[in-house]
Amino acid sequence: MTTEAEGYPLAQFRKTYFEECAELLDALQSNLEILSNASGDDETLHAVFRSVHSIKGGAGAFGFADLVAFSHVFESLLDAMREHTIKLTPDVMQMVMRASDVLADMVNAARDDQSIAENHCSDIVTAMEGALNFPLELDGPTVHAKPAQEGSHLSGERRYRIAFAPHTEMLQKANEPLLLIRQLRKLGGLSVEVDTSRLPQLASLDPEAAYLGWTFNLDTGVPLSAIHEVFEFVEDDCDLRIEVVEPEAATHTTSDVVVRPTMSMAASPGDVVAPPASSAQSIRVDVDKVDRLVNLVGELVITQAMLTEQGTLLPVDQHPALIQGIEALAQGARELQESVMAIRAQPVKSVFARMPRVVRDLAATLGKEVRIITVGEMTEIDKTVIEQLNDPLTHMIRNALDHGIEGPDERAAAGKPRQGTINLSAAQRSGRIVIEVSDDGRGLNRERILAKAQERGLVAPGVTPTDEEIDNLIFVPAFSTADVVSNISGRGVGMDVVKRNVQSMGGRITVQSRFGSGSRFTLSLPLTLAVLDGMVVSVGKETFIIPLTAIIESLRPHQADIHPVVGRGLVLALRGEYLPLTHLHKCFAIADAASDPCRGIVIIVESESAGRIGVVVDELLGQQQVVVKSLEANYEAVDGISGATILGNGRVALILDIARLREVESSASTDPSPLAQHSAPIGVLKEAAHAA
Amino acid sequence: MQPDHSSSSHAVSDALDRPAAGTDTQQFITFTLGPDEYGIDIMVVREIKGWTDTTMIPNAPAHVRGVINLRGVIVPIFDLRARFGAGLTVPTSMHVVIIVAAASRTVGLLVDTVSDIISVDPKAIRPIPEMGLPTEDQFLEGLVAMEDRMVTLVSLAGLFGKLADANKRASASDIPKAA
Repeated sequence: MTTEAEGYPLAQFRKTYFEECAELLDALQSNLEILSNASGDDETLHAVFRSVHSIKGGAGAFGFADLVAFSHVFESLLDAMREHTIKLTPDVMQMVMRASDVLADMVNAARDDQSIAENHCSDIVTAMEGALNFPLELDGPTVHAKPAQEGSHLSGERRYRIAFAPHTEMLQKANEPLLLIRQLRKLGGLSVEVDTSRLPQLASLDPEAAYLGWTFNLDTGVPLSAIHEVFEFVEDDCDLRIEVVEPEAATHTTSDVVVRPTMSMAASPGDVVAPPASSAQSIRVDVDKVDRLVNLVGELVITQAMLTEQGTLLPVDQHPALIQGIEALAQGARELQESVMAIRAQPVKSVFARMPRVVRDLAATLGKEVRIITVGEMTEIDKTVIEQLNDPLTHMIRNALDHGIEGPDERAAAGKPRQGTINLSAAQRSGRIVIEVSDDGRGLNRERILAKAQERGLVAPGVTPTDEEIDNLIFVPAFSTADVVSNISGRGVGMDVVKRNVQSMGGRITVQSRFGSGSRFTLSLPLTLAVLDGMVVSVGKETFIIPLTAIIESLRPHQADIHPVVGRGLVLALRGEYLPLTHLHKCFAIADAASDPCRGIVIIVESESAGRIGVVVDELLGQQQVVVKSLEANYEAVDGISGATILGNGRVALILDIARLREVESSASTDPSPLAQHSAPIGVLKEAAHAA
Repeated sequence: MQPDHSSSSHAVSDALDRPAAGTDTQQFITFTLGPDEYGIDIMVVREIKGWTDTTMIPNAPAHVRGVINLRGVIVPIFDLRARFGAGLTVPTSMHVVIIVAAASRTVGLLVDTVSDIISVDPKAIRPIPEMGLPTEDQFLEGLVAMEDRMVTLVSLAGLFGKLADANKRASASDIPKAA
């Protein structure tokens, strides 16, 4: 019984610890990237050290002995690097990177209650220990040559006087002076004097405030940094002064006295410098709470839309205050929604930061030399998108490495640098986020792809698809599951899965490639999956939403601008350009709709994959921000529909997936055996892609 | 209020007040499609509401009557009569939608009326006789003989397996064989 009662909160803490670990590991990873680009400074190294140190601290509390042991060695290595007893050479960097990978594995193993194979970490531990012992023994004199800076590596005992006066609010930040004192006592002989001068009268005493101060005399052989480490987490919340009173050798008297007032950032490089108070500016909130907030605001926006709709029915001159109020509500609701969505937005960094490791691991396995360059990782998108981004992105990077980038020798023979490059970039572009993965590898071999596609009956014989159409064949499931593909030119293994993942979150993926010089995959994703600005349109008795980001313009065409094209339906001549027209009522078999574009409205929309098309609807009903609801949650995906929403009148309206409309229309209006249609072989391909 | 609804909700509250007849009896809500009476496990029923207009889902099978907004959740409505192959229901405000939770989904079943709550000893459930009609008996669980009538028990698992399959088949029919 007792264990159960105690087990519950412990499990909670454990969960929090691993959440923290995930963040710490992310931070560790990205700081290491900075270091490896030689752009980091001591501060970066300190940040790396702190991440590992914090992981170790928590691991100790939960009794993950392996993790403690490993992170301790790792920490020692980093400490030595901070103190410049180990130089940051590429070899060392390699070792640190490897160690951070192992650390991540060990944290994951601890979280999942699994044990990690002994040999998985023993190599790196040996390497690190070797590095630690080697320079300390050999480089001893060098170290001693700069004692004034560190004061941290003398083996002899000396006495430190530590004046420690917690700020009154220190206890409220969950810091316990007694623990610090116990920790100090472990470092050596300790005598303590307490300073009670700040203690108020009992009546005015706040039981949660810290009033006592202490002066410690510590006789120890540990370096100064070890003492600072004890106070690492309270440095911002106390007045701390550490000085050496009885140096072992008289020559050190003046130079080794380090006075460290709380606010001084001019600390010696060996010290742990606490991060600037930025950590106090953020709070940790359970994602569920934010999600709940997002949902509530979504409901609010629906109610607000309902009120707005009702408001338009009122005579404008009669209830001016009410109408003003409704307008103010609309404004407020919109801002509220944007703010709430901003809470949930995260930089794509959290996903991007994992990719260098993927590249490193796979490059080592494949014996290739590859570097990855990331750009725009601070671009923010909604958490819902980020969560779903990891899998497709990992897949694409792996593909680029596996099939795109050649081996070093092959590259050299082709006159390229031995080391291949993968570029990963993110940018915000017109309400969407665009992520590009490009490599300078061998590119797609169109001839072989086409040959393969013809062999499999994916392209009708005698038809010559465009280059773009050939490239897009790699997204067809029937194509990429074929075992031969990886032997052709092909990236392709599982690209259909990537495409499906991307499409399921309202995104598009396209590929551009030049044989011999590389490929570029472009992912375009919505910034959030939760809300969108939409144009409400009617077709017959039905109402649909067209995402505003896709709309270029809308117009009522003249009869003279509409031309039939054999086998392709109608086109609209617009300022010298011919746009194909898609009738929504044909796509979705809706009765009583305007089939003559001149009687309805043509909305010109654009999408990455389908280009510009004109969508024929009956009427525009207005513009509205809508909350996107899933149709798949209780039903299933519907072709041509990307989701659903609830209108002001409480009814459901479906949101159009404009990129699919052309295909939906052609499959709705033709006989369901498109293989026979030689005129539209690519339509066949796209349907095949869609089917699986 | 339509008499159908008030009487059915009356029956529901009656049944809930009544102590269960035995620990191992199972309760079913019964509903009608024309002259036939069907039963569905009470544990999966979330609520019963009158028919409201739906928003159609494009290119869906005929038995999918569209979606409704159920307090912010998009819920598809299935025409059970059409699903059983007996033609489309012409819904009026007298028709009833039973909202059920099945396999992490919430869906609505369009039926004619809801009639009763019955407690059944599982041992009294008779298997469906083999009638050489493979389409129907997979979403039927068994038969229960009441005093003067027979209730056919609907298997939600079977039904939703079927619904999903039927939808897949409907959309699969326009896919070329090459895929």
